[in-house]
Amino acid sequence: MMMILGIPAPLLFGQLLLGVVNGAFYALMSLGLAIIFGMLNIVNFAHGALFMLGAFTAWGLLNYAGIGYWWALLLAPLIVGAFGVLLERLFISKLYKLDHLYGLLLTFGLALILEGLVRNYYGSSGLPYRIPSQLQGAQNLGFMIMPNYRGWVVLAAIVMCVITWLVIEKTSIGAKLRAATENAPLVQSFGINVPLMITLTYGAGVALAAFAGVLAAPIYSVNPNMGANFIIVVFAVVVIGGMGSILGSIVTGFGLGIVEGLTRVFYPEGSATVIFVVMVIVLLARPAGLFGRAH
Amino acid sequence: MMGFSRPQTAAFWLMVAAIMIAPAILYPVFLMKVMCFALFACAFNLLIGYVGLGSFGHAAFFGMGAYITAYSAKAWGWTPEIAILAGGLVGGGLGLAFGWLAIRRQGIYFAMITLALAQMNYFLCTQWDFTGGEDGIQGVPRGNLFGLFSLKSDLAMYAVVAVIFVACFLLIHRIVHSPFGQVLKAIRENEPRATSLGYRTDDYKLMVFVLSAAIAGIAGGMKSLVFGIATLTDVNFPMSGEVILMALLGGMGTIFGPVVGAAIVITMQNYLAPFGAWVTVTQGVVFVVCVLAFRRGLIGELAARRRLSL
Repeated sequence: MMMILGIPAPLLFGQLLLGVVNGAFYALMSLGLAIIFGMLNIVNFAHGALFMLGAFTAWGLLNYAGIGYWWALLLAPLIVGAFGVLLERLFISKLYKLDHLYGLLLTFGLALILEGLVRNYYGSSGLPYRIPSQLQGAQNLGFMIMPNYRGWVVLAAIVMCVITWLVIEKTSIGAKLRAATENAPLVQSFGINVPLMITLTYGAGVALAAFAGVLAAPIYSVNPNMGANFIIVVFAVVVIGGMGSILGSIVTGFGLGIVEGLTRVFYPEGSATVIFVVMVIVLLARPAGLFGRAH
Repeated sequence: MMGFSRPQTAAFWLMVAAIMIAPAILYPVFLMKVMCFALFACAFNLLIGYVGLGSFGHAAFFGMGAYITAYSAKAWGWTPEIAILAGGLVGGGLGLAFGWLAIRRQGIYFAMITLALAQMNYFLCTQWDFTGGEDGIQGVPRGNLFGLFSLKSDLAMYAVVAVIFVACFLLIHRIVHSPFGQVLKAIRENEPRATSLGYRTDDYKLMVFVLSAAIAGIAGGMKSLVFGIATLTDVNFPMSGEVILMALLGGMGTIFGPVVGAAIVITMQNYLAPFGAWVTVTQGVVFVVCVLAFRRGLIGELAARRRLSL
C-alpha cells in the first residue's frame, strides 16, 4: 500500500475528499452570506435554517409528490428562494435603516422558528434520503476509491460557484448589483429598481443555501439541526475570508474544508476546532480577514 | 442613592422586597434559577446595552463558570463562596482571551467572532476530561458557606444567591454610573469621537468585556451549586441565544430590563416545557416581535412612555 508521511494513501485522500466536500458546502454557504451582506447589509443568521429547509424540501418533494433528486435540485432552491423573498418582504425589509445587530437578531429568531417547527413535525432523529441511482457506486482511481456522489457534490458546487461569480462579475445585472452595493441611492436615481434588486438578491442567496441543502441531503441525514451547527462554522469561515469578495469566499470555503480534512488525518481530536483555531490565527495576523478590506 | 434616580431607587427596593417575599409564595429553586439567569442577562446587558458590543458567545463564560465552580466544589471540596469566586475568575480570564481577539473587529464581525470562539470552547468542553463529557458534572455538593453554614436547605441557598445577585446588580449599576461607565456610553454613541477625545477605546472595551464575562461566570457558578449540575447545555450556543432574548425582551440598556426579561423567559420555559420544540418556536417569535415592534423592550418602553430612566 502506498504511504504518504506515514499515512496510508487511501485514508489520506479519502479524508481529503471529505474535506473538499465540506469545503464545497462552506463555499456555497459563505458565498450566499457574502452576497446578502453586500446588498442588504444584513448577516443572515437564518442561512443555516434555510439550508436545512432545502434538504427537507427535497425530502418532501420525493415523499409527498414522488419528485426525485434531479428535479428537486432545481425546484427546492426555487421554492425556498421564493420563501426567502417572502421573508425579506415581510420582515427583513423593515430593518434596513437600523443597526446591523437587529438584522442578526431578527434572522436568528426566524431560524429558531423554522428549526422549531420542523422539529415539531418531523422529530430530531433525521430522515434518510437516498443517493440517486445514477450516482451510486464508486470509482477506483488507483490511489483511492471515490464514491460517485461525493465527486458529484464537489463538481456541482464548483459549477454553481463559477456561475454565481460569472453572473456577478460579467453580466449587466451583476454590474448593477455591484454598483448598488457601493451606492444604492445613486443607482436608484438612474431608474433602476433597487428595492426589487435587494429582494431578489436575498432570494438568490437563500436559493444558494437551499441548493447546498439538497446536495447535502443524501450525505448527512436530513434533520432539523443540520443547519444550526453548520452556520456557526460558516460564520468562522466568513470571518477568516472577509465578506468583501466573491472569489475570496469560494477560495476560503474550499481551503478550510481541505484544512479540516487534513486535520482529521493527522490530529483527529482537533478536527472540530481547527477552523476556529485558523480564525484566531487570522485575527491575530490579519484582523481584516484574508480577503477583507479594512474599514 | 448610589447614582440611582428616584424611580430607580423605588424599583430597586421593590425588587429587594419581591426577592424577600417571593419564596413564601413561589418555589425557591425556581426563584434561584430566575436570579442566576437575571444576573447572567445583566452581565450580557452591560456589554450590549452600555457599550453596544453584541456578544453571541456569552454561554462560554456562563458555562465555564458553572464547570469550574462545580468541579472545585466537588473534586477539591472548596467552600461555595470560593468555588463561585473561582467560577467568576475563570469566566473573566476566558473573557480576557475572547475579548482580546474579538475587539479587533467591529459590529457584525464582533458578534460572529464571539459566537465562533464560544463554539470552539464548546467543542473543547466535549473533549476535556474534567467536564465529564456528555454526563457533565453531577451531584455537586452545595457545601458549607465559609465552612460554617450548611446550604443544604433551599432557603439557606436562596439567601446566598439573593445576596450575591443584589451585590452584583449594584456593582453593575455602579460600573455604568461611574466615570468609566460614561466613557463606555461615549464609545457606544460615537467611537471615533471617543478616540479623538483621547480615550483608548479598545482598552475600555476589553475591560468591560472581562467584567461582563466574570459576572456571567459567577452567575453560572451559582447555577451549578443550586442545581448540583454543570453540563454541556450551559456552554452550548442556545444558552447564548437565551441570554440575548432576555436582555432584548426586558430592554437592552436599562438596568432592570434584563431582570424582568429573565423572569419572563424562565417562566415561559417552565410552562412550555411539556410542549417540546414549541419553546424554541415561541422564543423565535418573541425575537421577531421584539425586533420589529418594540426594540426598547418591556422596561425600555415603560421608561420611554413614562419618561423615566429605569
